[in-house]
Amino acid sequence: MIRAAAAILRKDLTIEMRTKESVPAMTLFSVTVYVLFHFGLDRDTLDGELASGVLWVTLLLATVIGVSRLFATEREQGGIDALLLAPVDRTALFVAKAAALFLYLVLLEVVAVPVFGLLLLGPDLLAALPELLVILVLADIGLAAVGALVAALAVETRARELVVPLLLLPLVVPLLIGAASASEPLLREGAEPEDLGRFLALLAGYDLVFLLIALAVFDFLLDD
Amino acid sequence: MAPALELDGLERRYGDRVALSGVTVRLEPGRTLAVFGANGAGKTTLLRVLAGLLRPHAGTARVMGCELPGETWKVRGRIGYLGHDPLLYRQLTGRENLTYQSRLYDLEPERVEEALAAVGLERRANEPVRDLSKGMVQRLAAARATLHDPDLLLLDEPRANLDPAAADRLEPLIGRDSGRARVLVTHDVDGGLAEADLAVGLRGGRQAFALPAGELDGARARGLYS
Repeated sequence: MIRAAAAILRKDLTIEMRTKESVPAMTLFSVTVYVLFHFGLDRDTLDGELASGVLWVTLLLATVIGVSRLFATEREQGGIDALLLAPVDRTALFVAKAAALFLYLVLLEVVAVPVFGLLLLGPDLLAALPELLVILVLADIGLAAVGALVAALAVETRARELVVPLLLLPLVVPLLIGAASASEPLLREGAEPEDLGRFLALLAGYDLVFLLIALAVFDFLLDD
Repeated sequence: MAPALELDGLERRYGDRVALSGVTVRLEPGRTLAVFGANGAGKTTLLRVLAGLLRPHAGTARVMGCELPGETWKVRGRIGYLGHDPLLYRQLTGRENLTYQSRLYDLEPERVEEALAAVGLERRANEPVRDLSKGMVQRLAAARATLHDPDLLLLDEPRANLDPAAADRLEPLIGRDSGRARVLVTHDVDGGLAEADLAVGLRGGRQAFALPAGELDGARARGLYS
């Protein structure tokens, strides 16, 4: 299973490097939204709850773009048929797609979070970074698991551009609550983390639940 | 050795529409079944059911002794499918596509070079598939379908887009002399009958006939298209 997942992931990353369809679009979207907030809120800086909300809602909306494109090459070029013909555990496809989405999110955040710090954040981003990185990684794992699951659900639907956000966004509400609540104290001037352990546990629990659900049901999603 | 195919009253529907009904046929290993029928007759549906990509809704289907859909996992990797869609990634090169397939099937890397040589694409193997002609893509698709040395080939108009030389080149891979059991969907009645042991005709999803190829009058097969 790991061998097949690695092959699929390698193929996906090669195609993404050549087509540049997902990560640049997600990044450009996030940067654009931060610029829009910068001017739309008519404030030079944000902190606390507002900063945390703007950061996470933008990242979640950018995730929708990545999820919508996650199975695009398989759908358009018969890749799913080729996978179903091969002696490969279908779970390998989930693992590969979730890993690809996780990497896309990390690449997105490498650009989008510093841009957020520069354009909108009042307090020093560097001071919050160690804890924020842990929150980002835990949130990315959850987003990757749910995103790959939703992408597989939507792949054979005609209105997949509608189905992806309609399914994904409600499912990530608990993740948004955990990530935004954990980040909020970190994005306050001179603030210390509050209840960080509790919110990290919430994120880790969310990740575990959705990884287990995805591993349990993914095989059936691709069934005729 | 189990028959390559044993179908009895095979049926497949899309919603309320019956796409395939009453298909009954038995094909021995190494033999060729030609499938004739007009567009929409159910030929591609039959191939996709046999490939395990679609579930049969009634009747029984055994492929190399394994009952579908329950034992589909047992025959994965023993079937080569060459359909209308080449199942290749346009952004990847021919070599990358076959290397990807070889990893899925856990094959040695040398197998990729052998397959490229067999279809005469060694010199174009590092070009993206989107830059290849349709004939070359079809040759590459044939290499993909036979990369893992399958026991059963499911072929949907396999010589489409091929010039005579390219078609000859693919004969050892997908032709009668490949030694593999084959299900060959074709509109070329005379050509199909010449290389088949059995022939099945489909009309509107229903089996119109299933006969040894030598006993089938070509005019009867051509009648499916009228």
